[in-house]
Amino acid sequence: MAIVLAKRLAALLVTLLVASLAVFIVMEVLPGDPAAVMLGVNAREDTLAALRSQLGLDQPAWVRYGRWVTGLLTGDLGRSYTYDVPVATLIADRLSISLPLALGGMALSAVIAVPLGVIAAARRNRAADLGVSIFAQLGLAVPNFWFAILLVLLFSVMLGWLPAGGFAGWEAGPVAAVRSLLMPVLALALPQAAILTRVTRSSVLEVLGEDYLRTARAKGLSRRAALWRHALANALIPVVTIMGMQFSFLLAGTVIIENVFYLPGLGRLLFQAIAQRDLIVVRDVVVLLAGAVVLVNFLVDMLYVFLDPRLRRESANV
Amino acid sequence: MRKCLLPVLAVLGFVIAVPSESGAQRKDLVMGAVLEPPHLDPTAGAAAAIDEVVYANVFEGLTRIDRNGAVKPALAESWEVVEDGLVYRFQLQKGVVFHDGTKFDSADVMFTFKRAMASDSVNAQKGLFEPIERVSVDGPHAVEIRLKRPSGGFTFDSGWGDAVIVAPESAQENKSNPVGTGPFRFQRWVQGDRVEIERFEDYWGEKAFLERATIKFIPDPAAAAAAVLAGDIDAFANFPAPETMVQFEADPRFSVTIGSTEGETILAINNAKEPFSDLRVRQAIAHALDRLEVIEGAMFGYGTPIGSHFAPHHPAYVDLTGRYPHDLEKARALLADAGLGSGFQATLKLPPPSYARRGGEIIAAQLAEIGIELELIPIEWAQWLEQVFRGKDYDMTIVSHTEPMDIGIYARDDYYFSYDSAKFDAVMQSLTGAVDDKERYRLLGEAQRIIADDAVNGFLFQLAKHGVWNAKVQGLWESSPVQANDLTEVRWMP
Repeated sequence: MAIVLAKRLAALLVTLLVASLAVFIVMEVLPGDPAAVMLGVNAREDTLAALRSQLGLDQPAWVRYGRWVTGLLTGDLGRSYTYDVPVATLIADRLSISLPLALGGMALSAVIAVPLGVIAAARRNRAADLGVSIFAQLGLAVPNFWFAILLVLLFSVMLGWLPAGGFAGWEAGPVAAVRSLLMPVLALALPQAAILTRVTRSSVLEVLGEDYLRTARAKGLSRRAALWRHALANALIPVVTIMGMQFSFLLAGTVIIENVFYLPGLGRLLFQAIAQRDLIVVRDVVVLLAGAVVLVNFLVDMLYVFLDPRLRRESANV
Repeated sequence: MRKCLLPVLAVLGFVIAVPSESGAQRKDLVMGAVLEPPHLDPTAGAAAAIDEVVYANVFEGLTRIDRNGAVKPALAESWEVVEDGLVYRFQLQKGVVFHDGTKFDSADVMFTFKRAMASDSVNAQKGLFEPIERVSVDGPHAVEIRLKRPSGGFTFDSGWGDAVIVAPESAQENKSNPVGTGPFRFQRWVQGDRVEIERFEDYWGEKAFLERATIKFIPDPAAAAAAVLAGDIDAFANFPAPETMVQFEADPRFSVTIGSTEGETILAINNAKEPFSDLRVRQAIAHALDRLEVIEGAMFGYGTPIGSHFAPHHPAYVDLTGRYPHDLEKARALLADAGLGSGFQATLKLPPPSYARRGGEIIAAQLAEIGIELELIPIEWAQWLEQVFRGKDYDMTIVSHTEPMDIGIYARDDYYFSYDSAKFDAVMQSLTGAVDDKERYRLLGEAQRIIADDAVNGFLFQLAKHGVWNAKVQGLWESSPVQANDLTEVRWMP
């Protein structure tokens, strides 16, 4: 186990190093001068030079890269060029929205998708299966930003139950915060649930044909018990894999939904930072996301071992 | 079933209005804005979004620009101009305190100007301070500013957001905690979401009606419309979704205004590049453009046609939209005359705003009529600044020049239009020395004519300002002579 962990940690470090180098080079090559973006069209040459030296942009690239990476290693993410606040606080603020959003979206999509998928598989080619597959098709076909706008029109404009957007902040109390996140979570969960339903359905179908299920039935287990206890447990591995990928996507790939609900999440921070050439923010967020993806993959792998005892034995033998 | 119901319900939502709350007169305002400011120090950045939060609300200058674009006293209660326009003597308001309690006096003015003019200054409009030779104080309540040469627009320039007065005690922190002398005090900024300000009870002048104001940032046009409809936002003074204006006009809950801005929207042309260096080619382009079609198609009909680089609401405006009327025959003849009868290919670089992206498609279709084939290249602002504005690596681009009274850019050496006219430069030279309004207006009229005659750029339209707010809210600006959301006169009607 210790060896597995050490290997994983090494992989994490290498991934982060490669990601940091890649994003640094890309942002260097990309045209656009942060000082010019901040000072606009009437800025004079001397003013631009003053700002560049204030931001440390007059240093050679390798010095800036070295300074940034050593900063990262000591936990110092630097200061945002445009906001002029520590990047760490900026990211922490955004995560306080993006994390609940991603977790909520994932949880809701699992709650919808897993039962639907199992039911569809159990009642293959019957009315319930057809209904579920229509739902899945619709969920995939309806663009989530459009679905989000419909939600706003119904629940905010017409019924006045929920705020049309924005985030009250956690300090305004959990009720207000949950109210602001309810519709975005729903809009995010729908397409993910559609994908997950299809994965669950096909995975359960595959397992249903296995010998051990017939054995379980032969031992006298009811159809329902065999389905939920044996089939589902064995069908979960592909489902968990997809969920891990979905979480990585939901963490920063939600910029469209964040725009519709004007939520200041991580996706929008990254989007704005690229447009404004707030290089340090872009680099920090990208490295953070790379780290998150590696971490989630690791957790998913651990979950496999937990879900499937056979893998436990294998990893013990390695 | 639920799925089919949703669109129907959504449509109904527009018809069945949610009754707005009534009762006691409200003392707070939630205002929407499209762009979030990068920081809150107007003396250290070009972003209009900064001024849209703090100008006139949190910060004040010696003078200020009012809703009609006129110069009004602010921290300077009066001034006199002596020595043939070379020396300005400002008398300062007494009893003024900054929001942190420190007293305001002439030393703060001195500090502000020195900071903006210093070699390490990061003031985006450092050029405003360029004519100043020396600033000196005469006691705590009088300041004398001596110029290198007379400058007719100096009191106007002093009213810009970039020239607001800051205190040495707080200037360093103004980006995240702005401390000014205005009628509202900064309360907090939830980054990415909103800025909150509250009434400053020790304000030297007439106190604001509102006790609190929140400026919420909503970049998406559809979200902005929904937020106003849902009543989450009381006012959107610069509404980003002109396509929905008709709907708001029909709804008695809302006031809808169409004002003007300082944004001259132009099809900028690289005058140094072949074949655009040929006047006939630029004239042909001018004849081929149909401004009304662009306004209709790109701006949903909102916007005033312009024939030169000048705002139609300014008293010195000359209507030159008839200088090169829409005439394809003439345009083709001019091109043939220039030896380009079979047309040519060029690029059109389009920055993100919708006026550029939507306008670009229409203009490409119009120029195709006379054989000019445009390749549309969408680019982001950072690229536009680097490639087009600084690098002059472009044929044509569409952009709105939003600075007030900026016709002088046509006299700048090395500006991105690459336009050079000794005649125009001479007019601008006389303008800097002219203090009398009548003479200034005459010169400005002449300047407009010269660049219109030379068809330097395709002059399209003056950007409109769309305002949508709760019908009970009064006192917001309809036009924006400077980019600001001045809340000092805003109140709720009972």
